[in-house]
Amino acid sequence: MKILVAIKQVPERDAQVRVAADGRSIDEGDAAWTINEPDAYALEEALQLKEREGAGEVVVLCAGPERATSTIREALAKGADRAIHIVTAEEGAESLAARDTLGVAGLLAEAAKAESPDLILTGLQSDDLGAGQTGVVMAELLGVPHATLIMQVERAGAGLKVKRELEDGWFQHVEMPLPALLTIQSGGNRLRYATLMGIKKAKTKETKTSEAGAATTAVAEIVKVYPPERVKRTEMLTGSADEIAAKIVEKLKFEVKVL
Amino acid sequence: MSGVLVVMEQKAGSGWNRMSFEALAASQKLAADLGVACSAAVIGSDVAALAAEFGDKKLETVWTVSHALLAKYTADGWCAALQQLIAEAKPQYVVFPHTYQVRDFAPALATRLKQVLISDVTAIHDGPVFVRQWMQGKLNADYRHAGEGVCLVSVQAGTFRADAVEAGSAAVKEFAPQIDAAQIRTTPGEPFREAAQTVDLTAAPVIVSVGRGIGEQENLSIVEELAAALGAEIAASRPICDNGWLPMERQVGSSGQTVAPKLYLAVGISGAIQHLVGMKGAKTVIAINKDPDAPIFEIADIGVVGDLFEIVPALTKAIKG
Repeated sequence: MKILVAIKQVPERDAQVRVAADGRSIDEGDAAWTINEPDAYALEEALQLKEREGAGEVVVLCAGPERATSTIREALAKGADRAIHIVTAEEGAESLAARDTLGVAGLLAEAAKAESPDLILTGLQSDDLGAGQTGVVMAELLGVPHATLIMQVERAGAGLKVKRELEDGWFQHVEMPLPALLTIQSGGNRLRYATLMGIKKAKTKETKTSEAGAATTAVAEIVKVYPPERVKRTEMLTGSADEIAAKIVEKLKFEVKVL
Repeated sequence: MSGVLVVMEQKAGSGWNRMSFEALAASQKLAADLGVACSAAVIGSDVAALAAEFGDKKLETVWTVSHALLAKYTADGWCAALQQLIAEAKPQYVVFPHTYQVRDFAPALATRLKQVLISDVTAIHDGPVFVRQWMQGKLNADYRHAGEGVCLVSVQAGTFRADAVEAGSAAVKEFAPQIDAAQIRTTPGEPFREAAQTVDLTAAPVIVSVGRGIGEQENLSIVEELAAALGAEIAASRPICDNGWLPMERQVGSSGQTVAPKLYLAVGISGAIQHLVGMKGAKTVIAINKDPDAPIFEIADIGVVGDLFEIVPALTKAIKG
């Protein structure tokens, strides 16, 4: 089975994020970057599928500027066989940020089409913009069936049987023919670390690069980006750990009344 | 093209997904602000009884979208039916509750209409401008729909109040979409639960909840000791359960349990929206986190910015007296 995994590079979770000077994007200046965590689970699922079948190929696909090469290299070190990097501009009209979901999914779908994979996996959403749509839009553009929030993937005849997460602790199985696209939910598998051998091997693996063209006009237009206002007035407690603990106990006794 | 159309969602068994009525309230308000009519759609194989429940709501039309192939949810079935309904009803805005089911089909429907779903909206301002969260809630982004076509929006749980739905009257109209069995490429199974749920967090008056900030599984003991001292149930955000450090049934959030305790003590939880929707009904929220920008502080009553490894043991000691 040839499996394509679409991954995204996002700012690290604990990174301080600032609004860029244009007021409509994130200041990338001092961000540290990493793989989007749900995409890491998608990659893991692809690697395990290949291992279970004992054959096949895992190709990672990433759209992003030059900096994304570090995330691609990490995916190769974990065991992906090769990579495709659609290089976008750092900023401006040809950047990733200038495209809406349809624009980004369009770039990915075009590259995916040329590969004709049996299965495409990606994370259910990105940790930065969180739209949760890129995979589904790719499937629609490619004309293949899809399922979202997938915890497990197994073969069923010529197609697949997947376990899909529903709300409130419910699940369902869904069957579908191949080729197909799945968006992977976290927690269905355990993430592996790259081994030293993997890191060494990654250097010899192929990354095909192509330049992304100009973005088309976005349908969903970003007006401005800003830190959220606090909805509640939060009383912030300060002092040493013991002082803070004493203050909390006071509140638990006399205000919250749980002690 | 005018008006607002809200797409209601029922559960697989029976009854409504509770977020449907929040989306309805959002749609009525959006329609009132724009000075246009609001209508609703109910989709399934036999939805007359469900649609009748809207007779006393302020709606222009309640569309019953029925077809034998819509007996069970499939993305292909829902996309086909809604694409045809949108062509018939010609709404300017289509509003969905941001449920897992909507996440599954609405982006595909938007693509068929050459549009982009503005997903997971947490507020609607004049314009209309739709507010979404970026960076797990650290930033807000205002979105506007550009161009001519229909605008699709999904609203996050808890953004609008279901009890704000306006009463009035509604006319039921039947809509029979043309769907061919060959169009539906996926075969859905019956919903199931993994095992009988043994932990009911929804009834717990005090919950101590732990997140990614705990770092390692070995460190969980300090939180367990705090929970024991408080007589609290222990809960967690998704990453803790994903790692297998606590069982999935202790997870609070959109994929776990929804709780409303007297006290929710969040330890090392940054407060991604998927977590917040599960606990923002708590009467008092105390948050301990090292990141002063963590979104959990936006909803916390009492906040501590600091090292949980110092504060949690100190708190346990102080509670034990």
